[in-house]
Amino acid sequence: MTTTLRSRRTAAQSAIHEYVTFALGEQWIGIPVGSVQEVLVAQHIARVPLAPSAVAGFLNLRGQIVTSIDLRTTLGLKPREADATFMNVVVRQEGELFAFMVDDVGDVLAFDDEVIEDTPATLDARWRSACHGIVRREHDLLLILDVQAFLRLDQPTS
Amino acid sequence: MDDLLRDFLTESSENLARLDNDLIALERQPGDATPLNSVFRTIHTIKGTCGFLGLTRLETLAHSAENLLDALRSGKLSVSDALINDVLAAVDQIKNILEALESTEAEPDGDDLRLIAQLDAWMSHDPTHAATTEPEDMPEPRLPNAPAQDTDELFPTPSSGGATMFAPDVAATGEPTATRAESDAPVVENRAPLADSTLRVSVGLLDELMNLVGELALSRNQLAQLAAGDEQSVFTHPVQHLNRVTTDLLDAVLRTRMQPIGNAWTKLPRLVRDLSSAAGKQIELVMEGADTELDRQILQAIQDPLTHMVRNSADHGIEDAPARRAAGKPEQGTVRLAARHEGGHVIIEIADDGRGIDVSRVRRKAIERGLVRADLAETLSDTQVLRFIFEPGFSTAEQITNVSGRGVGMDVVRSNIEAIGGSVELQSEFGRGATVRIRIPLTLAIISALIVESAGESFAVPQIGIVELVRVTEEKRQLVERVNGARFYRLRDVLLPLVDLHGLLELEPRADVETQSIVVCQVGHQRFGLMVDEVFDTAEIVVKPVGRLVKHLSAYAGCTITGDGRVIMILDPSGVASMAAINERSSRDESALAAAKTSLGASEEATESILLFDAGFPAMQAVPLSLVARLEEFAPSVFEEADGQFLVQYRGALIPVIPANPSIDIRALDPRPVIMFNDGERTMGVAVNAIRDIVEEKLSIERSATRAGVLGVCVINGKATEVIDTDYFLRLAYADWHRSLGHSGTDSAAPHVLLIDDSRFFLGLLAPALRAAGFHITTASGAESALARLDAGETFDLVISDIEMDGMDGFALAEAIRRKPLGKELMLVALTSRDGSDDYARGIAAGFDAYLPKYDRETVVSTVRRLTTRELAAA
Repeated sequence: MTTTLRSRRTAAQSAIHEYVTFALGEQWIGIPVGSVQEVLVAQHIARVPLAPSAVAGFLNLRGQIVTSIDLRTTLGLKPREADATFMNVVVRQEGELFAFMVDDVGDVLAFDDEVIEDTPATLDARWRSACHGIVRREHDLLLILDVQAFLRLDQPTS
Repeated sequence: MDDLLRDFLTESSENLARLDNDLIALERQPGDATPLNSVFRTIHTIKGTCGFLGLTRLETLAHSAENLLDALRSGKLSVSDALINDVLAAVDQIKNILEALESTEAEPDGDDLRLIAQLDAWMSHDPTHAATTEPEDMPEPRLPNAPAQDTDELFPTPSSGGATMFAPDVAATGEPTATRAESDAPVVENRAPLADSTLRVSVGLLDELMNLVGELALSRNQLAQLAAGDEQSVFTHPVQHLNRVTTDLLDAVLRTRMQPIGNAWTKLPRLVRDLSSAAGKQIELVMEGADTELDRQILQAIQDPLTHMVRNSADHGIEDAPARRAAGKPEQGTVRLAARHEGGHVIIEIADDGRGIDVSRVRRKAIERGLVRADLAETLSDTQVLRFIFEPGFSTAEQITNVSGRGVGMDVVRSNIEAIGGSVELQSEFGRGATVRIRIPLTLAIISALIVESAGESFAVPQIGIVELVRVTEEKRQLVERVNGARFYRLRDVLLPLVDLHGLLELEPRADVETQSIVVCQVGHQRFGLMVDEVFDTAEIVVKPVGRLVKHLSAYAGCTITGDGRVIMILDPSGVASMAAINERSSRDESALAAAKTSLGASEEATESILLFDAGFPAMQAVPLSLVARLEEFAPSVFEEADGQFLVQYRGALIPVIPANPSIDIRALDPRPVIMFNDGERTMGVAVNAIRDIVEEKLSIERSATRAGVLGVCVINGKATEVIDTDYFLRLAYADWHRSLGHSGTDSAAPHVLLIDDSRFFLGLLAPALRAAGFHITTASGAESALARLDAGETFDLVISDIEMDGMDGFALAEAIRRKPLGKELMLVALTSRDGSDDYARGIAAGFDAYLPKYDRETVVSTVRRLTTRELAAA
């Protein structure tokens, strides 16, 4: 492993931030709690034919249209079983609502910026471009998702 | 800015906008006291307020104008053009001063002595002048509190509901704007003060209200569905009540946004008047349906296009008086502006009785501009040609605006109107006038939509684009036809291109669908059928924008939330049409036709003589007269029946007669009209019910074949007309004859020509011409099938191939033939509607011996004759 502590972070910038964690298969991922609006249980998601594969469809959140994104598809994991349950992490980005379809939602965890390390260069390119960094935990690595970069990734290329 | 001054500015500009129209009304009906009193009141009010606010310059000018008007009122002066001109000049100057006042909060420097002198000169003509001048107050210092009765007079409440809409903008921006206020209602007669019954509300608040009511309607829908299942529920009655109230509320909120279209028209009478006096024309502007209401958002969007088009009509459309006299028209031209509701739409027409538009000129211009191919342009109808005026490339054409009227900015007009879901079309009769017809939706926020289902997914189709619904039952399924891989539905006399929604959206079709439905959509002038599995109800839906990740999908106009809370996509018929390439499909047919048609005519300009006849089909039947040998009539007794065919003795031979319609009983009519065809060696007749007419028309096929024996459908005299396939009837008549000839070998002397074109129509027209010239013709509908024939060992003396074909094109075909051992010696002739030396060189390089224009039939025949003679001589 070539990961190093982020030496460029000065003590002054160092701060504690909270992250909503969720699971995709075995992998746990965190996103800044500030960008999460709410978490919903499985919803009816209306398919949008011809939409980019990342877009699972639209869901209705109290009359607002939310673009649902299946993180499994986007991150190249194998599709969820048809009858498997999932959760929706609703994220507001540039005034628009997105819902990340995830397998499970965990605790809200707080990390000091100090413990967030650079994303390993060995990580799959698709993951790396969407990640802000990683946090080493006792049994696994928690990926910190860069929501903005991730949603840019999903922009249709056409 | 001082509140008092701001109010004064707002009100004055509103009143002044009305003034223009009043003055013009006055000019037209000098005896009418209503406009005169209204003008007088407005000027008087301005003058009075000016004194009050200490605006001396404005006051002096208004005072002179008022004196003049008062003299008119008391009959001491009479209305004349020159006088009205002076009053208008004064009004303009008042506006100028008000504008300066608005930006600087002070009257501009200078004076209006000349103008005032001009106004006063009218009075000095009049000996009683002195008596009409009322003693004038000195400018008074401004008072902080205006007395209530003054306010009432200063701010007469506009009569139309619409007028209250302007003020919110003022409130929102904090600045009064003179231009906005000009869009006040032109209605002046019933300006009874209604100060207590109207209220100025910010547009932002109305928009918010609209959104909230939309949400409420959705919740109502959801609640209604929950309660629907259970009649006994305690919620049933409250929900029903909620339902009613919400519907009324929605309606009321929508109405708060409605304004009479007249608000967008106020500037026009003045505009037309100024244009006509500047150009020395006499133009009357007639406005009908000014009280037609539509959403303010839409009203704003159409204001500029309307002004533009009325200006065009007055400026370019209407001729000057001598020209009109010479054309035998009344000297006074008329521009008619009319608005009316028509099924969820507002229709606005701008019509003039001016010089109209020279369609042939537009056609030439379109060709010059490269907007259409020359051969294709000839086949387009006038309405289609006039549509080029709305093309961006067209607007910059400077010549056309002088000669034929419109041009500048019409593309902008169209894009503005299309942006709000409207459409615009132009009709013109050269020398008689032109009409622009605009069709726009009433509102944008809530639309009526049809809910459909395809492959298990629901979609909303805006009702506005739907023409009708067709249920394709088992017996109707045969009306679905497949032409060149594209599907069509025979709807009455029209072939409707079909788009399978599941195919278009790449959905997995359901296997268990028994009967599909066709939603017939109209986009511009194009109709197409959307095939869906199921059609549900119509519903009022709130249009919601889609997120940025799917915004690029042209199939959708947005999305909405249904009564049960699901999100469904709203289809955009125009996006669907362009995805399915409906337009290309029909233009391909047209281009084939264009080529075919011109191959018959001597020159590109020529129309065709077309024989129209009735054969008991719903549609009129047509055949190019050039293919007809004679028209005959036979008594029932002369028809002999043999071998399942009717035969008649004709000029010493027994010739077959085929009924044009299998249901025709040939002997039932006395005499029976028969169209005789001759392809050089064989003669046959087609029995019809009646010969209707011979017309000179451009043969422009709009749709490809509907059934066997028909080449395609074209519009003749405004009616869908089927063009029959003469070759089909020849083959029917001589099926056996063909075979016997093959055996006897008499035909073998004739050069054998393989004719390849992917247009059946073209084959149908050129093949008889070549047969008539004595060639043995085999046809192939594409390069692939031609190669298959060659590979199968069929031999030909010469191959004629089209260049532009689906799949393998003519160039590739020539190369492929030249690569074959037997193909090296074969004569190859290319036919193309393209011209250009590059193509010619390419054709020769590919191996063609000749490269001929498609439209020149004589050259084709003579070249084929020359090449085959050489070929035979060499052999």
